[in-house]
Amino acid sequence: MLIDPRAPRFAAAITTGVLAVALLGGGTPLLIVQAVVFAITAANPRLGPYGLLYRLILAPRLTPPTELEPAAPVRFAQVVGLIFIGVALVGQFAGVPVLALAATGAALAAAFLNAAFDLCLGCLGYLALRRLLGRPLAARVPAGS
Amino acid sequence: MPAVALWQVRAVHDLSLTGLAVVAGVLVVATAVGLWHRRRDGRITAAGPTAGASAALAGLGVTTGAPVLVQFSSAVCAPCQATRRVLERVGRTVDGVRLLEVDAERHLAAARALDVWRTPTVLLVDGDGRIARRVSGVPDAAELTAAVRELTTGMPR
Repeated sequence: MLIDPRAPRFAAAITTGVLAVALLGGGTPLLIVQAVVFAITAANPRLGPYGLLYRLILAPRLTPPTELEPAAPVRFAQVVGLIFIGVALVGQFAGVPVLALAATGAALAAAFLNAAFDLCLGCLGYLALRRLLGRPLAARVPAGS
Repeated sequence: MPAVALWQVRAVHDLSLTGLAVVAGVLVVATAVGLWHRRRDGRITAAGPTAGASAALAGLGVTTGAPVLVQFSSAVCAPCQATRRVLERVGRTVDGVRLLEVDAERHLAAARALDVWRTPTVLLVDGDGRIARRVSGVPDAAELTAAVRELTTGMPR
């Protein structure tokens, strides 16, 4: 699956705004909305709500992309975001607001770095994670590259 | 469940009290990290000696005799494609240089031995099988070409 590289960046910008508003007082409902958005986009980047917004509103006004990029990095980033928001929600519902603040802040940082600096979370974090966790996934799941 | 609703409201209230500080702090720190990363990303640096590097390189199929550009890639890496294109360009420009792309996830032991922490990482291996330089992030084609030329002119032929 290939996607317009500007779509995930646009989505990251919206995510940054949503998470900032959630921290400023939007609270739990907005976090749940964002978690759902992350989950949908991770499952299928083409169905991601922010990506749909990009395709409906922005893409028709822009020049076609000069090149497409693979969807796997985007999906990885969405899963990471979902984990952060999941932790934040656990913190909210367990009455540990510090945990909610820290996890939401981490997700905000990742989304902002993606939107503003085009920083690729999968590039920086994935190999480090795999190195620390040990055996390659390929050894357990026999699949093509 | 009124009790639940009560502490939920309080938790949200707590968020809004400190939320502004968290947002401001995160944006300042993230901007600093982003700028720092942008300066380092794609920069070709001298590679320090890595113990066990030659064995790891041999295990990846790197042979001596000619310079090799070894690119560590992964599926979750968007700039790996762009890096591959830069390497292909350098390969067409400079005679005798060979290219090798390695799936980092399938070669974790090599990634460890060669101190590769992120993708894309490109190792510039000289004709003697030593890692002369390395770069993480998408390298500039002209800079990489110059660095590879340095390796080839340093060889006897």
